[in-house]
Amino acid sequence: MAMEPGDLEVGLYIFFLATFVGFEVIRRVPSLLHTPLMSLTNAISGIALVGSLVIAGRQETQLATILGTIAVAASATNVIGGFMITERMLKMFKRREG
Amino acid sequence: MAEVWDVYTVIRSSSYLIAGVCLVLALKWMTSPDTARKGNWAGIAGMVIAVAGTLVNPEIWGDATTPAEVLRRYQWIIIGLFVGLAIGAPMAIFMPMTAMPQRIALSHAFGALAAALVGTSEFYLAQAEGVVLAPMTSVPLMLEVVLGFLTFTGSLMAFGKLQEILPGRPITYRGQNMVNFAVLGGAIVLAAVLAVNPSLGLTYWYLFPLLALLAMLFGIFLVIPIGGADMPTVISLLNSYAGISGAAMGFVLDNKVLIIAGALDGSSGFILSVIMCRAMNRSFSNVLFGAFGAVAPGAKAVIEERPVQRGSPEEAAVLLAAAKSVIICPGYGMAVAQAQHAVKDMADALDHKGVDVKYAIHPVAGRMPGHMNVLLADAKVPYDELWEMERINPLFNDCDVAVVIGANDVTNPAAKTRKDSPLYGMPVLDVDKARSVIFIKRSMGSGFAGIDNDLFYMQNTLMVFGDAKKVATDISGELRKH
Repeated sequence: MAMEPGDLEVGLYIFFLATFVGFEVIRRVPSLLHTPLMSLTNAISGIALVGSLVIAGRQETQLATILGTIAVAASATNVIGGFMITERMLKMFKRREG
Repeated sequence: MAEVWDVYTVIRSSSYLIAGVCLVLALKWMTSPDTARKGNWAGIAGMVIAVAGTLVNPEIWGDATTPAEVLRRYQWIIIGLFVGLAIGAPMAIFMPMTAMPQRIALSHAFGALAAALVGTSEFYLAQAEGVVLAPMTSVPLMLEVVLGFLTFTGSLMAFGKLQEILPGRPITYRGQNMVNFAVLGGAIVLAAVLAVNPSLGLTYWYLFPLLALLAMLFGIFLVIPIGGADMPTVISLLNSYAGISGAAMGFVLDNKVLIIAGALDGSSGFILSVIMCRAMNRSFSNVLFGAFGAVAPGAKAVIEERPVQRGSPEEAAVLLAAAKSVIICPGYGMAVAQAQHAVKDMADALDHKGVDVKYAIHPVAGRMPGHMNVLLADAKVPYDELWEMERINPLFNDCDVAVVIGANDVTNPAAKTRKDSPLYGMPVLDVDKARSVIFIKRSMGSGFAGIDNDLFYMQNTLMVFGDAKKVATDISGELRKH
């Protein structure tokens, strides 16, 4: 999976455009939802899971397998816990009835 | 690109593309409470798609042909996922909302640890295979590892302070900033050396572990001198670091969806920390290197004895019952006293009498961005009664009674008028504009900043001393009697 110069360039484009989109979108999130926002972005960044999965699955060296498995557990905790807690919080936000 | 893509690469790449779109949509839908839950589900969908696209990859199952072999390839993944489920799910179900900041700090620690460990594995895998990493991999790899390890320990420290395992007050000593810069400088130099010449890590085996150690030390040193009041900023900043280290991981693994997720997470953390800093009228460098607590003892000494108007819950109830409009200003003290349900009950009693009740939410009320809204939503306060500071401040002019519960500094008019006050310039709730003010406080103590509040001594302020929960309960009892 080694990078090539073209990949780096594409990667940088993606990084800067995504940062820009992030700024524009997140600026519009009301402070009412800042805590759920943080727990959601936390769950989303748990997508590091996909990198951990490959390392834990390839099992190339013992060290990599151990570290990869810990990384899978850590990011899976964030993904599962993050989405669940966000859902729990958002369910509490209700409008006044009637 | 001349290479021919096989079917699995197509599956994986398209799953990442779809996941990337889902993640952006998830954040877009978070901009309104009406669509926020849809946003969370978009995030879940993106995650499931990306994970599925990864799991079907031959890179994992390789040359396995029998079911037993396939299972062997996936065994550690399955174990890891189960451990994650076993830790993450119960925490999400049973954790009280007051503990939300700790939970977030802990998840920053986990996320950063995952990034750091993946980086470490990649570094040693390249060594084992005899591959010399090109700078375009080694530079982001070092960034990933340094940011990952420092965010890991920094977040654990923040967790410890919030959970009160560690003392919440700032821990400072002379020359602290020098030590911190030296440790950070050492880590950066070492990271640069290893990035330029990764094979040095093989010749001198201790270089990489030393780098990890320095980064972890810096994480600890970074958070030690920061006090409890600055935790919202620190958590947001660590959020940003965790995001950037995740994006760096995306560069190392050439994984586009990781870059997207990391960039979104990083920019979200950055925006929130800017909002927090602005709400406290502080700069980043002031939060990180200023050791706010150091000012407090001096300021405390000048607090003079001035007469205040003490009142009972009964008197407060009389005042409230005569009001047309009431604004409740809750601070973290309310959550500490577990008073949110009692306060909601008091608001219901007022509502029953036809009094208009609103809540004024200061951006730094609570221990993390938006925390107070979640605490009140947990007490079943409808979210349209929760008003942001900018929106509610003009309404204090027409407000009969402002009730301040467990808040202090965020209501202090000195922030608007007294140039010599440490709070000067901090945006505050315009409580002093209300016709009368009821202050529910445990004692005459000052806030985090240790600064006296002129509101206490105003003609139209009634100070009700006592536990917030008990006082609120007593007031609603009185209101319901008549």
